[in-house]
Amino acid sequence: MRVSVKEWTAKGDPWVWLNAGAVAISLVMVLGLLLLIAVRGLSHFWPHSIMEAEYIGDDGKVSLLIGEIVESEDVPTEQLRHSGVKVPEGEGEFLERLLIKTGNRDVLGFDFRWVLAAKLRDRRYPEEIMAIERREWGNFYGYLEDVKESGNVVASGPEAWEEFQSRIDRALALHEEIYDIEKHQIGSVNYTLERLRLKERRLELEGDKSPQVMADISAERAEQDVIYQALQEKLADLYSQVNRDAITARAMNGNVIEIPLSKIVRAFQPNGMGLFEKIGFYFSKVWEFISDDPREANTEGGIFPAIFGTVLMVIIMSVMVTPLGVVAAVYLREYAHQGALTRIIRIAVNNLAGVPSIVYGVFGLGFFIYFLGSNIDDAFYPEALPSPTFGTPGLMWASITLAILTLPVVIVATEEGLARIPRSMREGSLALGATKAETLWRVVIPMASPAMMTGVILAIARAAGEVAPLMLVGVVKLAPSLPLDGNYPYLHLDQKFMHLGFHIYDVGFQSPNVEAARPLVYATALLLVAVIALLNLSAVAIRNRLREKYKALEM
Amino acid sequence: MNEVVTAKAPELDFDTPQLKRYRSARALKDKIAKWSIAAGGVSVIVAVTLIFFYLLYEVMPLFKSAKVEAVAEYQVPAEGSTLFLAVEEQAEKALRLTADGQIVFFNTVDGTIDSQYRLPVPDGISVTSVNEAAAGTRTLGLGFSDGSVIVIKHNYKITWPDNQRLITPVLEYPYGEEPLVLDKDNGQAIKSIAIRDNDDFLFIIASTQNNQLRASYFEKNENFITGEVTLEESDVVMPAINGEIISMQLTPDTRWLYVATGNGKLDMYDLKNRMFPDLNARVDAVAPGTDIVDMRFLLGGISLLVANDQGAIVQWFPVRDIDNEFHLEAVRQFQVEGGKVSQLGIEERRKGFFAVTVDGELGLYNSTASREALFEDLVDVEIAHATMAPRANFMLFETTDERIHFWKVENEHPDVSWSALWNEVWYEGYEEPDFIWQSSAANNDFEPKYSLVPLAFGTLKAAFYAMLIAMPLAICGALYTAHFMSPTMRRKVKPAIELMEALPTVILGFLAGLFFAPFMEANLPGVFAILLLMPVGIIAFGFLWSNLPPSIRLVVPDGWEAALLIPVVLLIGWLSFIASPGLETVLFDGDMRSWLTNEVGIDFDQRNALVVGAAMGFAVIPTIFSITEDAVFSVPKHLTYGSLALGATPWQTMVRVVLPTASPGIFSAVMIGLGRAVGETMIVLMATGNTPIMDMNIFEGMRTLAANIAVEMPESEVGSSHFRILFLAAFVLFLFTFVVNTLAEFVRQRLRNKYSVI
Repeated sequence: MRVSVKEWTAKGDPWVWLNAGAVAISLVMVLGLLLLIAVRGLSHFWPHSIMEAEYIGDDGKVSLLIGEIVESEDVPTEQLRHSGVKVPEGEGEFLERLLIKTGNRDVLGFDFRWVLAAKLRDRRYPEEIMAIERREWGNFYGYLEDVKESGNVVASGPEAWEEFQSRIDRALALHEEIYDIEKHQIGSVNYTLERLRLKERRLELEGDKSPQVMADISAERAEQDVIYQALQEKLADLYSQVNRDAITARAMNGNVIEIPLSKIVRAFQPNGMGLFEKIGFYFSKVWEFISDDPREANTEGGIFPAIFGTVLMVIIMSVMVTPLGVVAAVYLREYAHQGALTRIIRIAVNNLAGVPSIVYGVFGLGFFIYFLGSNIDDAFYPEALPSPTFGTPGLMWASITLAILTLPVVIVATEEGLARIPRSMREGSLALGATKAETLWRVVIPMASPAMMTGVILAIARAAGEVAPLMLVGVVKLAPSLPLDGNYPYLHLDQKFMHLGFHIYDVGFQSPNVEAARPLVYATALLLVAVIALLNLSAVAIRNRLREKYKALEM
Repeated sequence: MNEVVTAKAPELDFDTPQLKRYRSARALKDKIAKWSIAAGGVSVIVAVTLIFFYLLYEVMPLFKSAKVEAVAEYQVPAEGSTLFLAVEEQAEKALRLTADGQIVFFNTVDGTIDSQYRLPVPDGISVTSVNEAAAGTRTLGLGFSDGSVIVIKHNYKITWPDNQRLITPVLEYPYGEEPLVLDKDNGQAIKSIAIRDNDDFLFIIASTQNNQLRASYFEKNENFITGEVTLEESDVVMPAINGEIISMQLTPDTRWLYVATGNGKLDMYDLKNRMFPDLNARVDAVAPGTDIVDMRFLLGGISLLVANDQGAIVQWFPVRDIDNEFHLEAVRQFQVEGGKVSQLGIEERRKGFFAVTVDGELGLYNSTASREALFEDLVDVEIAHATMAPRANFMLFETTDERIHFWKVENEHPDVSWSALWNEVWYEGYEEPDFIWQSSAANNDFEPKYSLVPLAFGTLKAAFYAMLIAMPLAICGALYTAHFMSPTMRRKVKPAIELMEALPTVILGFLAGLFFAPFMEANLPGVFAILLLMPVGIIAFGFLWSNLPPSIRLVVPDGWEAALLIPVVLLIGWLSFIASPGLETVLFDGDMRSWLTNEVGIDFDQRNALVVGAAMGFAVIPTIFSITEDAVFSVPKHLTYGSLALGATPWQTMVRVVLPTASPGIFSAVMIGLGRAVGETMIVLMATGNTPIMDMNIFEGMRTLAANIAVEMPESEVGSSHFRILFLAAFVLFLFTFVVNTLAEFVRQRLRNKYSVI
């Protein structure tokens, strides 16, 4: 049965196919995007092989090139000529161009380099090439020469590698100890000293600087100073220990440089790794990513503070938004007179969900921070002035701003849930003599709880992905400490915090070395997408499950 | 035997004290719950509406008029007739310069004399003219009746004895106490003086009683060891002036000399070559037949304000024309009611000025905003001299009855007006009036350019391209999903597309900026090939599929076309990008980007409207999709069945029956999508260059209202005009989305009612 074109178009089938095409395109876009993020984000942690090749320069000079191939693309020869690259005549229309991560920023001055594939000769993957992740200057690629202790060579040649690894472990352990002292113990001393200063200033402001109290303060201060001195001595000792070892290594341009072990995070020889070793390495990198602090202006290391900040902010937000949203919804649905005014309010609340999030940010900055915050400072924290306590962006204001932003979501979802509860349920309860409050508490709310839950989860998912308002009310690119720590009052609501979404924006767009940071941004994006997709799916699942549970009632 | 058994009901007493207590406790609880929920609910709702009122509250001061309020009035301190008044930063101390060479520092509030100095000139010589070097420098050039000139500087030292601020005025002679003799030959009195003083030179120009110009140009040489500055005079020739010189001003770069003469004429001399001054222009600075009363530079020394005896104040500045030549242009005019201006004065921190009149009135104006912030009758006598404190928060003036008045001025935002926000404004140094957003610059005398038009334009441009991409995809997709797709597939597709909505926009923006923008730049022909090939390919595939033998065709049930098309879409996309470099070579000389720029003349930015449109389209698709889908799906089934039963094809049913019924729903979906596109921040922030340009070009970027807030809000000074304008931008966004959403919601409610009737 053949269909002629005319017949086919007359039935309108082309349009149906086009509409089907729109669905297909949308699906391809969503899945492609998720796939792109997943592939790029997950491949970041894999130990890529390091290539060594001879590079023939424009003047015919041959030099050694060592690095990871990051990207390859075909470029029209013409375009290359336009941009001033010397391409010999007689080449084809397209040339393969490779982006190579050469690392060694301290030696070469750059991290990445585009080279034409045709100019590379004799590509090989020797097993002895090592990659070193450092605390500064990015990765190092090259060959290990010697291991030194206090300036004397203790191992060189093939056995140097073993020696090197064991000494890295020692250095890492020492580094851990130093970090603990610097960050936690000295941090705690500093915090106490700052609190003493504020206490003194407060007493001064209140005008009762009795000698007794002052003596107490200075005694405590002296005590802290003693602790501090002790810690300093310990630190000096640890530093001299950690600085004991160093290695020398040869980079691709033949320079031999010395790298102190205190600057090394990890060293590995990817070309020599077996599959299982690589998998092990992969998971250790993934673990580092989610549990470590960032290094090198956020372009290396982990994103733990950002995860922590996001989660903490979202928790505080949901603690605030849940009761408020539920009470408002219950009022609107159960208590308010159902008239034109209620309908208008309902539409208005619904529409607030469509107000751009940046507007909430502006409101939060103006009203909470500059108005409420500075008044709170004047009333409760005069001792810290002129440096603001709550009159500056911080965790609390960010949470409250997002709570207001997500309030409509919770209200609308809860109201929907309340509306679904059959009248007969309420009437039955009331007929049995229960008061309205009892009906509400024992019958209506339990039945509406799935809807509330859904609302809260959706609110959390929205809050976790929102960045624009947070840029105004509290996130920073690098917070010196977590907002939750061991110093009284433990939860520091006035502190600024890091956030996954802002981390993506900041590292991807404000970072000086975008090329190096990009894989990390993909990984962060993947994590954020995963968290949000999980939250959304669980909202859907909870909704379905609880709907099933109460289905029998909805006659 | 019949025994009557009377089953006695147990005595139930519902009114035992215990039960009563219990009941009243429950009733109380019920009441408490009712009131607390009501209070809670109402306060949450009020808190939410607070956003609206708070934004309004922050915006309102922008449009408030200025206010003035008398603080003190007293007899003029010390003798002599006043030539010049000045107030220091804190408005605590003021300076009065008299014609007989006295300089009196006094307290502004009560007029008590703080200190008094006498200029180092012989008795009998009086001060005849005075002019400030530049606004805020506190350096004055004084001309004397014997043709000599002296430069003085009034400074204020602030000390804190006993935690109390103490301001001590200091008088300095930066170039020594010896007067410089300008009119060497005649020794005529100096009628007006203009002075410029900076690190490299000191330039003084004076006009004498017989309307001759005299000038001295000193280069400064600083001794590196002692830091001592020596002046070295170099030659300078002044033009001869016809007519009576009324006033003179010299631009900060000493390029232009303005001379106001009788009959309202203004001459502009080019002093680029100091040996050959060149008359660049002679214009009627004020209406012909009127006389110039006063002439001042606005802050920055670019705009010249000329007031005439009819109360007209005209703002002039040099404008560069097509031939790169400068000519004077009358940019805007202000009219002082009553028309008898006695003196003009300027603000030291803003492009604002004031005029005082013979009738004792004060007018406060701002040039950029072209706005009269205040006009008020202050006193009944003529105001002879007036000055404004550097922070523009106080005014000091002297009336002809020798009394000094000290007034408080509240004039927070004269630099903003509704017309300056939304109309073209001719900014200093620009060739023509234009819409420009430029809120800050490095120097202090910068003219802030607050036109919301480029931002609003950018917002709409971004939204337009986003809708252009999102609308066809989302609406067509929704029509198919709701009407043609098999229920099994629909149950999978809907959540997948709704998951799109949950994707954080920061991720979309990041991908758009760092992945899609460079990718598109490299494969530009491929992107356009997709746009062309995709519909063609889909239809072609559909046609082929319909012509396949039934045995194959019927393997895939109806309603699964979309699934069939997924590989087709992938294939077409892949083919387009494979073909992209080839197309580029064949059609565009191997480089489409440079071809666009050179051959077509379209500028190309890597992060452009197309990228934003695609990324934001992606963000908007799920919103439009799910609402449209709901609207189409809830069209009553009997309508469709009726139509199909009458022999209409599915597509005819779709177009003639389903679409008209669902169209309000689709409209509201588009509205809500538009609201989302307009307010989206992160995508635009990351996927455009954020330059506030006005160009519909799809290959150029834009800056939107929302992105502008995100960029500038953290750096804006609290309470400043800039801060409030950003609030205004937020308010505009709020209102726009709120109105659009309300409209959509309203339409949707109507639709719902309609369905319930059908």
